[in-house]
Amino acid sequence: MCEDCGCGDAALVPVEIQESLLAGNDRTARHNREHFDAHGVVAINLMGSPGSGKTALLEATARLRPELRMGAFSGDLATDNDARRLEAAGIRARSITTGSACHLDAEMVHRALHHVALDATDVMVIENVGNLVCPAIYDLGQHANVVTLAVTEGEDKPLKYPVMFRKADLVLLTKIDLLPYLDFDLAAVEDALARTMPHPRVIRISARTGENVDRWLAWLAARAASHPVSAEA
Amino acid sequence: MHEYSIVQALLDRSVAEARARGAVAVARICVAIGDVAGVEAELLRSAYELVREGSICARAELEVRPVPALWRCRDCGAEVASGAALRCSACGGPVRLAAGDEIVLERLELEVA
Repeated sequence: MCEDCGCGDAALVPVEIQESLLAGNDRTARHNREHFDAHGVVAINLMGSPGSGKTALLEATARLRPELRMGAFSGDLATDNDARRLEAAGIRARSITTGSACHLDAEMVHRALHHVALDATDVMVIENVGNLVCPAIYDLGQHANVVTLAVTEGEDKPLKYPVMFRKADLVLLTKIDLLPYLDFDLAAVEDALARTMPHPRVIRISARTGENVDRWLAWLAARAASHPVSAEA
Repeated sequence: MHEYSIVQALLDRSVAEARARGAVAVARICVAIGDVAGVEAELLRSAYELVREGSICARAELEVRPVPALWRCRDCGAEVASGAALRCSACGGPVRLAAGDEIVLERLELEVA
């Protein structure tokens, strides 16, 4: 308050908040997770660069394990091409077009969840927008984060995008059928992952030849078995 | 550019707090951003310049406090340097991020008539 003339200057009042700016998203993510849990569904947040093989991985998964009841949400800025590819592979898929947003958030997944029958689903894969930065920040209600890293992308990607790889429960090193044509240093990428992932777990995989897709399926099965609801089934 | 979404959440939260307390304006917004939170302070500032216009925060200064990444051993508590292999050099145990991933609205300064 101005003491000279009493003109009514406002007083400054400090207010402690100490609240995460993702609190709203995290609340919705918890709600999504409860929804998955109630239906015994394991939810996977599948992230990676555009063209790193996310959709091809799901196609190969459906081809080699047709009895797995898999659902998918495909996040893209535009088009429902990925969802149509997944539907053609026998996966019940729904696209989430984000417009200009570079990532999915919990609210987008929540809205999409109202349109799927989770009772007939074992695994729900949320195929995030192709991007190694933004998707890592947002909890969607998933049980695990899986990141695809194609051998065509370069060994130092984990060091360049540590936030993404820090949050990965599993990294799938994709397109390994191309290794004979590349100067890709497998030891260097393993070293980069050891510096960015608290619990490095990597599977070298090729969706095209099917190499090691069984190891990914085994990881997925172990994940489902450790799930509290499906473990009882 | 998820910084726009973050800044929108920041503005919404600040406006709600200012209204609830009957403030005439927000003078300062203090946030803490971890080094490995995945949010760029400079992008946050430029996004803030756009969203604050016309709001009760229009004159509010945005103060960003960076928080360094801190890795600690889960077993013995020893510190592990960022950039090194994420294993405890003392006991070989697994490490966890003890600080550096926060995206937090810490404090507001409100002008109350």
